[in-house]
Amino acid sequence: MSFPWARHYEPTHPFMKYVDSRLPIPRLVYDSLGGGYPVPKNLNYFYNFGVLAGVALVVQILTGVILGMHYAANTTIAFDSVEHIMRDVNGGWMLRYMHATGASFFFVVVYIHIFRGLFYGSFKPPREVLWLLGLVIFLLMMATAFMGYVLVWGQMSFWGATVITNLFSAIPLVGETIHTWLLGGFAPDNATLNRFFSLHYLLPFIILGVVILHVWALHIPGSNNPTGIDVKSPADTVPFHPYYTAKDFFGLCVYLTLFSIVVFFLPNMLGEPDNYIPANPLSTPALIVPEWYFWPFYAILRAFTQDFLFIPAKLWGVLAMFSAILLLFFLPWLDTSPVRSNSYRPLNRQFFWIFVVDVLVLAYCGGQHAGEPWLRLSQICSIYYFAHFLIITPLVSRIEKPLPLPNSISEAVLKKHTNTGAPIALQPKGAGIAELPASGQPAE
Amino acid sequence: MVKLIAGVVGIVFCLALLWGAVAPRTAETPDPVAKYHLAPRDVSWQNDNPGGLAVFGTFDRAQLQRGYQVYKEICSGCHSLKRVAFRNLTDLGFSAAQVKALAKQSDVASIDDKTGEPNTRKGIPADKIPGPYANEAAARAANNNALPPDLSLITKAREDGPRYVFSLLTGFGKPVPADWKVPDGLYYNPYFRSLNIAMPPPLSADGQVTYADGTKSTVQQNAKDVAAFLTWTAEPTLEARRRTGIGVVAFLVILTILGYLSYQRVWADLKRRKPEMLPAE
Repeated sequence: MSFPWARHYEPTHPFMKYVDSRLPIPRLVYDSLGGGYPVPKNLNYFYNFGVLAGVALVVQILTGVILGMHYAANTTIAFDSVEHIMRDVNGGWMLRYMHATGASFFFVVVYIHIFRGLFYGSFKPPREVLWLLGLVIFLLMMATAFMGYVLVWGQMSFWGATVITNLFSAIPLVGETIHTWLLGGFAPDNATLNRFFSLHYLLPFIILGVVILHVWALHIPGSNNPTGIDVKSPADTVPFHPYYTAKDFFGLCVYLTLFSIVVFFLPNMLGEPDNYIPANPLSTPALIVPEWYFWPFYAILRAFTQDFLFIPAKLWGVLAMFSAILLLFFLPWLDTSPVRSNSYRPLNRQFFWIFVVDVLVLAYCGGQHAGEPWLRLSQICSIYYFAHFLIITPLVSRIEKPLPLPNSISEAVLKKHTNTGAPIALQPKGAGIAELPASGQPAE
Repeated sequence: MVKLIAGVVGIVFCLALLWGAVAPRTAETPDPVAKYHLAPRDVSWQNDNPGGLAVFGTFDRAQLQRGYQVYKEICSGCHSLKRVAFRNLTDLGFSAAQVKALAKQSDVASIDDKTGEPNTRKGIPADKIPGPYANEAAARAANNNALPPDLSLITKAREDGPRYVFSLLTGFGKPVPADWKVPDGLYYNPYFRSLNIAMPPPLSADGQVTYADGTKSTVQQNAKDVAAFLTWTAEPTLEARRRTGIGVVAFLVILTILGYLSYQRVWADLKRRKPEMLPAE
C-alpha cells in the first residue's frame, strides 16, 4: 500500500503511543487521508468529486435517519406523514428538502465522478476493481433512490413504482411470478411500501460498506491523475494533508453553497408537481416520468418499439436498460489502450465527447413524452450508446495512435506551467504504465 | 474474446434499435387539447420579489387574510383545506383571540363522551379546518360525480401553481372554439388540462366578497388574493426557509472565500520552496 516514500505515523505523546499500540485509528487516518498518503500533485478539480460523493452520502444518511423518526410507512398515512414533517416537525421542511435535493446532488456528483474516470482512464489496470466497486455503489444508489422516491406515496411515486416494477414481468416464463414476489401483491400497495422503506433504510449502510472497500481499493495503487501516467518519484506527489485536504475543503464549500441555494430557494425545481398529489391507483398521470437521474436509462428502455428476433419490444427495452449499466463492468477489458488519459488519445477523445452529448440528449428525451421526435432521437442516441462501448471503444483502442506521453507527472506539470513549448522527449514504448499488461494485451 | 462477444451484443442491440427507428409506425394522433390549451398567465406576488427571483420576498399579510376570506366565503363550499389547522392562521397576522373565534365558527366531528355516539362540537385552534363533505362519496354525490380536490397543496401540485390557480379562476367565459365540444355540466376553461372543467365559475362577478380593508373586490383581485393564500397553505414555511437560506448561503460564501484563500496559501508554500512542484492549474 502506498509509495515507499510515504511518511509514517509516529506518535510522540505517551497517550497516542498507548492508543497506537492498541487500536491504531489515528495511524489509519494519517496513512489514508493525512500526511502519510502521497497523491499525484497534478489532480484537477474533477478529482474533488470523490470526496463530495462521500459527503453527499453522509448528508443523505443523517437527514434520512431523522426523517425516518417522523415518517410512517403505511399507504393510508405515508403522504400525510410527509406533509406532517413539512408543516409540524421542527425544521422538518429543511430535512426533507435536504434529503430530496441531496439525492439529486448525489447523482450529479457521482455522474461527474464517473465521467472523470472515463476521461482519464481511471478504470484501467491497476484500478479495475476500484472501478467495479464504484459501479456496485452506483447500482445500489439507483435502487435506493428509486425506493426512496416511492416512500412519498404521491402520484409519481405510485405510478413510477408501477412502471418500474412492471419491467420484471417482461422476463419470459417467470416474469409475472417475480413481479408479484417483489411487490408482495399484484400492484404496489402497503406490502410494497413497507418493504421499500425497510430496504431504503438498509441499502445506504451497504453503500457505506462498499464505499469503504472502494476507498481501500483506491489506496492500493493510489489516485490516477490527469496525465494518466504512473507516479514515478517523490517529486510527482504531495502528501494528502494539507494539500488535498485544503483543496477538497474549498471544493466542499462550493458544493455546499450550490446545494444550499437549491435547498432554500428552489427546493421543488427537480421534483414533479404530480408528486404533491396523494397516490391514486384509479387515476393515471398524463406523463409518467422517473426522477431526472434515471432519464438516460428510461429513454433507452422506451427506445425499443419493435419486436425483433422473436423477442418482444418490452423485453428488448428491459434487457437494453440493464445492459446499458452492466456493460460498464466490462469496460476495463473493452478499452485496452495502454494510454489511460484521453488527453493523449486524440481519436478516443472525440468519441468521448460525442458520448457525453449523446447521454445528455438521451437524458432530455427520457424526460419527454414517448412520441416524435423524442422517440426516434432516443433510438439514434441509444444506438450510439451501445456502439460507443461495445464496438467503437474496442476498435479505437486497437487502431489509435496515441500522442507521446510525458516522462513524468512533474515534467507534464512544468511544461504546462511554464508553457515554453519545449518538446517533450518521446517515451519508450509502453513506458508510463509499467504494470499495464494485467489486461493480457501487450502495450502497443 | 470479451471484445468479440461485446461486438456481437452491440451489433444485435443496434440492429434492434435500427429496426425500431426505420420500421413504419402509425402516425400519432395530434392531441386536440394542445391547440387551445393556454399556459398560465403572468402575474406576480410580493413573495416573488425581487423581480421574480423569489429570494427575499415575503407574504403580503393583508393579501393572505383577504385570500383566506375568499376561500372561506367561496371555495370552502366545495373544497377542503385539510392540512391547515386554525392555529396556523396566526401566520396570516390574526391574533390568538381572532383564531380562537374563527375556529369556534366551525363545527368539528367528534364523539359524545357519554353515549359514544358521533356528534359535533365547536372548533378549537388545534383542529384542522373541517371540509365541506364527510367523505369522497358525499363530495362526488354533490358535484355531479366530480371530486373537488383538497386545496392545501394545490399550488405545489400544479405546474407554475399560483399562476395556474389565478389563470384558472379568471379563465372562465372565454368563447368556445367552433370545433370544440363542451359536454353538458362542464365548463370551458383554456387553462384546465382537458379544457372542460367540472367546476362552475366560482368568481362570476365583482364584489362577491366584501373586503374589510377597503381593497376593491374585483374578480382579478379575488383570484390573486386566493392564489396568494393557497401559496401559503402549500408552503407555510416559505418565509422561514428563505430567511434561513440567506444566512446559510452568506455563511457559506464567506467560508468558500476563506477556503479558497487557505487552499492558495497551502499550495503557494509548495510553489515557493520547490518551483518544479507547481500544481497543474
